[in-house]
Amino acid sequence: MYAARQWSVRHARGLEALYGVLEPVMVALHPLWRSLGYRRLERPVRAVERTVKGFLFDCRMCGQCVLNSTGMSCPMNCPKRIRNGPCGGVRDDGSCEVDRHMRCVWVAAAEGRARMRSPEDPVQRPLDTSLLGASSWLRVVCEKSALPRGADAGR
Amino acid sequence: MTVEGTSGGEPLEILPGHSSGGRLERVLRAGHFAVTTELSPPDSADPEDVYLRARIFDGYVDAMNATDGSGANCHMSSIGVCALLARRGYSMVAQMSCRDRNRIAMQGDVLGASAMGVANILCLTGDGVQTGDHPDAMPVFDLDCMSLLGAVRRMRDEGRFLSGRTLTTPPRVFLGAAANPFAPPLEYRPLRLRKKIEAGAQFVQTQYCFDIAMLERYMERVRDMGLHERVFVLVGVGPLASPRAARWMRENVPGVHIPDEVVRRLEGAQKPKLEGMKLCTELIQQVREIGGVHGVHVMAYRQEETVAEIIDASGVLQGRVPWHPQDAGEPDVLRAVS
Repeated sequence: MYAARQWSVRHARGLEALYGVLEPVMVALHPLWRSLGYRRLERPVRAVERTVKGFLFDCRMCGQCVLNSTGMSCPMNCPKRIRNGPCGGVRDDGSCEVDRHMRCVWVAAAEGRARMRSPEDPVQRPLDTSLLGASSWLRVVCEKSALPRGADAGR
Repeated sequence: MTVEGTSGGEPLEILPGHSSGGRLERVLRAGHFAVTTELSPPDSADPEDVYLRARIFDGYVDAMNATDGSGANCHMSSIGVCALLARRGYSMVAQMSCRDRNRIAMQGDVLGASAMGVANILCLTGDGVQTGDHPDAMPVFDLDCMSLLGAVRRMRDEGRFLSGRTLTTPPRVFLGAAANPFAPPLEYRPLRLRKKIEAGAQFVQTQYCFDIAMLERYMERVRDMGLHERVFVLVGVGPLASPRAARWMRENVPGVHIPDEVVRRLEGAQKPKLEGMKLCTELIQQVREIGGVHGVHVMAYRQEETVAEIIDASGVLQGRVPWHPQDAGEPDVLRAVS
């Protein structure tokens, strides 16, 4: 939802703090996830993630979330799917070159980033299309728990 | 006078510390103020149409960009144009837009372009398809300009594809990108330039500059960050044919910023086309004075015939004569000094 998406950027700092609390908890619960089986968890977690992030960010489930580097503005809403925006086509009023009724998601990203406590801005890798639709949360938890990727990470 | 060792057609010998056998890199690294221009590929399969379009710039520019479906309109491919002209010794900048091809096609094109003698590649994200003549086309955007820069650099410096597979001969190319100092968010634009440098950009060509004050603010930040020592900056300029053209461009070309006073100046002119050329000449002279600017990129779509005159009037070459097809194979010493 467009309004919720804009709210999320305005509250990038709060969301950053929330992520900061939830992520270590999820990672700490790794033994539990492992006993349940990451493969079995994929579907329910994916459904929750899609609902929550879909509402807050208009998330498209790219499976490789970078919201922490984009000021809580989801780059998948960029019509060019740029992972390293903004492009040079942004209009003078900050709206999108392709859809003039939409605020450029990367202009929003710069604003969101400015509100965050420790924003990152690395050169993002190209999208891995084999991860489209997968849960980003489970993948991050799995990776941060130092489990070899793919060992138990069902899609 | 010419820049030493650049009178032969491309490819030239690759000097130590250089990435390519191209004249553009040589001219820039030798500390000259470079002049590049833009060639719009024809809607034709006849090579003569390409040669004709190039001839008009002979002896005035250090390299020519061939656009890649600019404005999402279909024309002869940039690589086709570049291959034809590189074989005649021209220094070409192949533009590669991420709009139409995925990473498999683009990496293949980099090898193909390099094999055909193209020394410079400009990595672009590209305009959205809706602006062009095929709004019903699939927008690909598998990579973006940043990840394309990284991919080509990896091919060149590590000799590997994105997949990790090894190349037997890497492409020796000078890597370029676009920059737009005139589009929001203005305070982020220098940071984005830094990211492009980190991704692999060695030179950038900017969007049309019609607002010197805005460019100065951008370049001040670029100098503060030391970026002008890590990348060659070529500022985009071009003549406006009429106030109507200026207004049309402002409305319809994504990312072009034209201040009201520029439109008013054209409106007040007896001969708007001449005024547009004069404005462009003045802009080049002003741009040249800004610290950290290494050249200009003259874009004169459908007014290509004005480019030589504008460059002459600006005096920006300072007596230097860029390569001319008739020079091919001629030793430097025989060149007339103008």
